[in-house]
This record gives sequence, structure tokens and C-alpha cells, in this order.
Amino acid sequence: MSPKKNNIKDFFKTLPKNIFSGFVVSLIALPLGLGLAMASDAPPISGIIAAIVGGVIVSVLGGSHVTIVGPGNGLVGVLLVAISTLGIESAYVAIMCSGVLLLLLGFFRMGALADFFPSSAIQGMLAAIGLIILGKQFHIMLAHKINRVDTIDYLMEIPNTIYDAFHYDDKGLIFAALAGVLSLAIMLFYSKIRNKYLQLIPAPMWIVILSIGFSYYFELILHKPNPIAQKYMVSGIPSIQNIIADLPVPDFSGIWSFPFWASVLALTLIASIESLLSIKAVDKLDPEKRRSNVNRDLKALGLATVGSGLLGGLNVVTVIARSSVNVNQGASNRSSNFFHALFLVLFIVFFSTQLTRIPLPALMAILVYTGYKLASPKIITKMFSIGKEQLIIFFMTLIVTLKIGLITGIIAGVLTTFILHLIINRNLGYGLFIRNLLKPNVLMFEEQGNKGSYYVSVKHFCSFINYFRLKKHLDAIPEDQDVIVDFSLCDFVDDTVLENINSYQELFAKRGGHFDVVGLDMHDTETKHPFSSRRLLPVPKIIKNSLTRRQTSMETLAENYSLEYNPKKKKDTSFLNSFSFFRTKNINHIYNKLSHKQNAITLFDIEFSEGEFIAKEVVRKSMLHIDLQFDIPEFTLDKEGFLEKVSAFAGFKDILIENHDDFSNRFYLLGDNKAGIAKFFNDDVTNFFESNPYYHVESNGNALLIFGKERLASIKEIKALYDFGKRLKDVIPSS
Amino acid sequence: MSLNPFKSIGIGVAYSPNLKANLFEAARLSVFFGAKLFLIHVGEASEEKTNMLSIILKSFEEDKLDYEVVFKTGDPVDVILSTSEEKKIDLLILGAVRREQILKYYVGSIARKITRQAKCSILLLIKPSVERVPCQHIVVNGLKDPKTEQTITSAFYVAKQLNAEKVTIVEEIGQDQIAVKVDDDKSLRRTNIAKERIELRENSRVKEIISHIPKEYTKNKTIKLQPIFGKRGYSIGHYAQISRADLLIMNAPSKMTFLDRLFPHDIEHILTELPTDVLILQ
Repeated sequence: MSPKKNNIKDFFKTLPKNIFSGFVVSLIALPLGLGLAMASDAPPISGIIAAIVGGVIVSVLGGSHVTIVGPGNGLVGVLLVAISTLGIESAYVAIMCSGVLLLLLGFFRMGALADFFPSSAIQGMLAAIGLIILGKQFHIMLAHKINRVDTIDYLMEIPNTIYDAFHYDDKGLIFAALAGVLSLAIMLFYSKIRNKYLQLIPAPMWIVILSIGFSYYFELILHKPNPIAQKYMVSGIPSIQNIIADLPVPDFSGIWSFPFWASVLALTLIASIESLLSIKAVDKLDPEKRRSNVNRDLKALGLATVGSGLLGGLNVVTVIARSSVNVNQGASNRSSNFFHALFLVLFIVFFSTQLTRIPLPALMAILVYTGYKLASPKIITKMFSIGKEQLIIFFMTLIVTLKIGLITGIIAGVLTTFILHLIINRNLGYGLFIRNLLKPNVLMFEEQGNKGSYYVSVKHFCSFINYFRLKKHLDAIPEDQDVIVDFSLCDFVDDTVLENINSYQELFAKRGGHFDVVGLDMHDTETKHPFSSRRLLPVPKIIKNSLTRRQTSMETLAENYSLEYNPKKKKDTSFLNSFSFFRTKNINHIYNKLSHKQNAITLFDIEFSEGEFIAKEVVRKSMLHIDLQFDIPEFTLDKEGFLEKVSAFAGFKDILIENHDDFSNRFYLLGDNKAGIAKFFNDDVTNFFESNPYYHVESNGNALLIFGKERLASIKEIKALYDFGKRLKDVIPSS
Repeated sequence: MSLNPFKSIGIGVAYSPNLKANLFEAARLSVFFGAKLFLIHVGEASEEKTNMLSIILKSFEEDKLDYEVVFKTGDPVDVILSTSEEKKIDLLILGAVRREQILKYYVGSIARKITRQAKCSILLLIKPSVERVPCQHIVVNGLKDPKTEQTITSAFYVAKQLNAEKVTIVEEIGQDQIAVKVDDDKSLRRTNIAKERIELRENSRVKEIISHIPKEYTKNKTIKLQPIFGKRGYSIGHYAQISRADLLIMNAPSKMTFLDRLFPHDIEHILTELPTDVLILQ
């Protein structure tokens, strides 16, 4: 347990960093807020209002640390229905009522609610929401506004719209469609280009900047009107005075109708599920490894939603993509959420007229991309690899959601899952579920005489229905301790539980604990996927017989230098967790490993991801790991550049080494233990770094991690990297 | 405090395939405890039945087994209960039923009724066998209850008589004892501190009980204390199962009402899924 820190001092020390990340997040929140509101048929500003009200209230009262709140993707589908059936005034009342329900959920400690849904059903629901967003906005993106009743009709019309787009006569429409297609291209290819100056501004903001720039180019340089058709421009952004003057009057007249309460329930359900899932995901990214108080967050979100509805805003939920950007930009506490709201206020006050220069199709391209990410074919292949029955649940939920509605959809998903579980386990007898449903089937105790080691045994069955019992016990264990979960008395374990167990394993690994699962060896499974119900034991991927050219060259390289080469993907990357570089990143696997028996140097390719959801970027790099047998101070060393100067401004301090001005000027050195670092960088070491090529070098206390480019290294670069590492190891003082 | 609680042992006798195994278990226990064995049969007395029993129990003659056969007609539950009262039986042995297909044991309806109403101690056997299966590990409850001291003392007596090497005392602590709920790191820390305090308190309470037991019963035994935060009655059964205990010893429940059966607790959990042989001490 960490000692009590000087909180206020810490707060001010990290304030610049939090302001900076709040700023970057507001750059995404602005276009997303406008887009999500418009996709829900609400006034565009209502999305921004939700983000502002949410940001202020949740940052003050919330229980999580680095999350960002605002209008959510998941709610678009529900809000669309609510606004079209109730009208916007009553919809605001529905939003407020759902806020009150969220508040109650928080008070009744229902933060575990999201654990009651099978993961395939949630995936199906999210995919349906993705299709609702994509189906409707795709047409606007190509400047072909249509009105249909059913989401499926919108999807069916997509080929027609594409056909029409090639045959526009109106120049305004052509430009509008071009803006949409270009924006979609930016969203698609942004993560592929790894240039740190380009990456400083998030993709959605590039779209905003470029389209505003485009409009000014026509106005100021060509002195022509904007060629994009006027009806495809964002409209109805009021100035700040108007927002305050035109506060909507809530219309309470329709609140005793059935559709009203159906909407309220749907809003509450989706808002809580989306928030809880996001909080869980962001907790894994938190560099300071804190645990969020979900019930407190729910209360804050509820209150924020009431406030937002009152001021004419949408539901406030915790959002994953913006939160992950927040973490990546170095946010460390809730103040970044507050500043993100503050910057949004500034944007609205000073730039609200500029926003009308954004073409609608460009904004909708962002949403099309979001929708695509929610319903991407990758999800279906993943489902299939877990088991065929998952696809049935997934499509059942998806189709019912599209055809009838979200609540019916998720209920259908839950029922389908339960029935499938009964069918899969028919040989165990149907009594298994019914008889044992209410039994407290989880035993957890700390082993006496073995401090910090917990044993958890699960009996009968463990599926989404009674997972909350297991979760309650697992949550009572600090993440830096050792846990053994024993399923040997358990007849059936489903994929939802295994997926959650897997995320516990990652969490414990990141925080220095151990989380082992035993007793699943006797269980039978459908597929080889580790989440496939009933068993775990990850089976190594089918060995690919054909190596790529790079791999064969690495093989020859290994032979020439008498190294060992292993092209297989390895999931065990726990030795990398303690490096600060990976604190906010998820490591997927390492592969193409070159290692030497004696000198403890290993070179490998690594795949990791940064951010979540639409802000997710999968990165592959080549890295060198040197395992030193002794302790050295922890530090990070990189090339000094413009960005480092900016971040120095935001609170990082470069450590200067005396008498080595050249080194201090050219390198950027970070670390807590200044005296130790100054001692470590003696004349030999500084001289070595000065006279060799630049690499990013990082120490975690007893090992070094070295890498260069933001991509995989070529064979030549691998040789250079290996040589660098070998020589560096000789220079390092061993005391 | 009496150290030998079992002076007379009773067992219901029905002529079933399990008869021999049941009788052997009961006879062995009677020999271990030096108790008189009462064989209670619901039905008419007959020469044939008595002969059959004496043939089966012939091998115990050299151990000086003292036994008596009681024949009585009527409802099995009433017969067994009334006989055990008449004969002042201290320990009643009942067999469990195995659920088809799966390896799970539960207590049948007659045995369950007897368990609920009996005024003497009850031993529920899951796998009676003709050959002796040595009893190595005994799990006993260490609940905060007036009966617990007697229960733990008797457990050590049983351990000595049956040559069990290991005794684990499980202190079940209800979740309601901890005032804090786990929400975040801070409350988790507070919960863990609270838990540690309760564990220390419970351990010292049980150690106090053990110190009152005569040394000859506790020496050479591996004694383990294990506090568990969980549902009373259920967790101890689960623990006995995973620690592969051979015998689970528990307090008899204080009183049973209709509601207790609807919302199972304590002993009722054990009756629906027997983890191992269970001894319920009155």
C-alpha cells in the first residue's frame, strides 16, 4: 500500500499535464459531440452541453480517475427513438428521469449491473447500435439525405446511395460527398501514419480544421462562395448568449405514457452499461493503477444527466475513446475531465460561428467510422473463434435490436444465452442451473500462514448469471497479491466469465500480482479459443509453416550470430509491464524473438495497442531487452525535440548532467531518482550515448528496454540495434 | 466437560445392498469409542433377520462389540427418533443418497427429517465401506457460539480415537461483520484492515478454546486455524470439500423453523450437498 502523499502538492504538480490532456480531449469531444447529437436528431449543441455539464459535475463528484464523460455512441439509437416518438421537449424530460434512475442505481450500489449481461449479447447490442449509426449517417456522408422508418431499410439503401453519388450533377453535392469521403479516409488512415506532429491533433479535429480551412480558402483567397451545398453545412449552432436565453422548457405532459417510460428505461440501461464497461476498460489503462469507485461514478453521472437534460443536453456517459486519449496524453486525475469541459466552453464562446463552416458529411464520416468500429467484421470472426453458439447469441441480439428495440434486443440475447447454456449442458442435467442458482457458490479465503495469497474455489457452475458472486470476491483482493482461482468443482464455466477472468489476469499482471486459474484441464470445449466456454488452457496458435522473408533472414541472422530464433507469438509479456512506456498501453504479444543464452540480451518484435475503440491504434515495433543482474536507477532517455520541449512546459522535468552540455542539450532524460541517475550517467555512459545513434532507452530498475523507430526494424536495423545493446551493456557501471 | 460424548451409537437397519457397509462403519465406530451399538429396524422382529445381523457382525466379536437389535413397527422417522430417546442414544448414524449421474451426495427425505428433529448427535456417511478408510483430516467449525467449545473439544476427542492427524478449525465470519464496502482502493484498504482485525480476534478466541482441552488430545496433531469470510454453513462445507477433509464436524443448529427451510442456512446447505462425512454435534 502506498504511503499517504501530499495530495494538494501533487495536484498542482500534475496540473499542467492535466490541462494539456484536457485540451487534446476537447479537440475530439467537439466534433464527436456535434456529430453524436446530430445523429440522434437532437440540436448539435446538445452534445456539447452534455460534455460540458458532465465534465464539470463528474470531475468534481465522480469516483473514477482518468475517465472522460460526454455524449455516448451507444445512446444514439435510443435517443433517436425517444426524440422521434416523444418530441425533443419530452425527450429532455426522459433524459432527466433516466438521470434520476442512474442516481438511484448508484445509491443502491448497482455498479455490478453490467456484469449480468453475457458478453456476446453486449457485443451484439453494440454492433446493432453501430449499424444504426452507420446506416443512417452513411447517406448524409455521401450527401444523399433520405428518410426511412427502419434501420434495415437504411442499410439496404447504401448501394443505391453509392450509385447515386457517382451520378451527381449538382456541384454542391459533389463537393459535399467529397468532403465526406475525404474525412472518412482521414479517419481510416490516421492511425497508420505515425508522425508525432501529425498525431498531436486527433483525427476528428483534423477534419474540423481542414474543413474550416477549406471554407476560408474559398472565402478569403478565391473570393467565391463555399462550393459545398448550403443544406449540407452544419447549422443551428447558437452563440453562448442564445444558449442561455433559449433554455428549453421541459414538457412534462407526456410522462405518463408507455413510450416515455420505455425510453427512460432504455436510456438508463444503455447509459449505465456503456459507462460501466468504459470505466472497467479505462481502469486497466490507468498509469497509477487506481481502482474506480463505480457506484460513486454512477451517482455523479446521474446527477450530470439531470443537469444536462435541464439545460438542453443529452445523456452523460463515460466514453471509452475519449478517456483512452486522455490517458495517453498523460492525464493523472479528474481535473483533465474538468478542463476538457472548460475548453469546450471556450470553443463555443469564441468559435461557435466557425463551426457552421464544417460540412455535415465530414462530421458524419466520423460517425460512420465509429459505427463501423462498433459493428466491424472483426468482432464476428472473434465471436466465431470462441464458439459457434456465440454467433447465435450475437446475431439474435443484433437482429432483435434492429427490428424491435434495444431493451427487447438485450433481453433476447440474455434468454438465448441461457437456453444455449441449458442445451450445451443437457448431459449434466437441467437441475444444475436451477438448483444451484441461489447458492453462494464461491469460496474465498486468505491462506493462513501464507500472507497475501488467496484461494478462490467455485462450485457448480459459473456463468453470466452468477458471475457477480465471483466478482464480489475477486474485487475484495488487492491487485498486487497472489490469487488462485480453482474451477475444478465447477461443471460449467462460460465465455463471459473466462473473458472477465482474463481481464483480471491482465490487471493483476500490470499491478504486480499473480492471478492463476486452475482446474479447467478436465473440461471439454467447443473451440480452441481461450474464452471458449468451459475451459481455458490457451493453446498455442497453429504454427505457420511458411515464414516471411524477413523471418527467414532473421533465422539466418540467428545462425550467423549463434542466437536462438523463435518466430512464434508469445503472450507472456509480464517482464515488460514494469517499463513506464507500457503503463498506458496494452501488450498483445511478442514474436520473432532472437535471444542469446549467456548475455541476457533479447530482441523481439512486439505488438501493442494504444487507446481504445475509435482512438485505438495497433503498433508493431522491434525492441531490445537487456536483463541486467544488478540494480540501476529507473529512467527514460530520448532525443530532445520540439515535443519534449512542449511537454517540459506541461510539467515534465529534463534532468541535466553536469559537465556534459552536449548530452544534456541533445537528450531528454526523465526519472525520479535524480541523484542516482546523475551518478549512473558517468563519463563513459554519456560519451557512449553522445557518439552513437539515437535510441529510446528506458530502465525499469534492473533491465533496459531499447527501441528506435515507430515500426518494425529491418534486418540491418536489427543488427545495429543488437550491436548497440551489446556495447551499451559493457559500458554500464555494474554497481 | 465430558470428553467421551458417545456412550451409545444407533443406526437404522434396512435390508439393502448397503447393509453390510453401513453395519461395518457403525460397528467400527462403536469399537473406537467403546460405545454400545443399537441396531434399529423398522418392522417385525424375526429370527432370520437377527441371525443375518449376527453373521455380519461376527468379525467384530474379538473386539468385544456390544450390540442390541431393536425391532419396532411404524413410521421410520418416528421409530428411529423414539428409539434413540428410549435407549438414550448419543450418536445416530445415517446414510446419504447419491444423486444419479453426478458424484454429488445429499441427505434423503427421511434422514433429513431425522436430522432436523433428533435430540442427539448425527453422523451422515456418504460412502460407507466394508474396508476401513482412514480418517486423516477433520474440519470443525469455530463459530462464535456457546456450543462451539464443546464441539471443538469433541472434535479433538474424535481425532484422537480415529487417529486423525490434522484438525482444521474454520471460523466462518459473515460479510455483515465488516462495516466497510469495497468500492475503491481506500475502502479496500479499510476492509482489509477490518478483516485482519476480525481474523486476529477470532483466532485468539479459538486458541483460548484449544488451550482448555487436555494436552493429551491436542499433542501430535497438526492444528490449523482458517478464518473464512462467507456464508455461514455453506463456506465450511465448500472448504471441507476442497481441502479433502474426511470428516466435517459442526454444531447442531439452535432452532429450526419453517422459514429456515425456505431460506436455507447453516446446516441446511450441508444437507443438500454433503461435502464429506458430516458429524453434527448436539
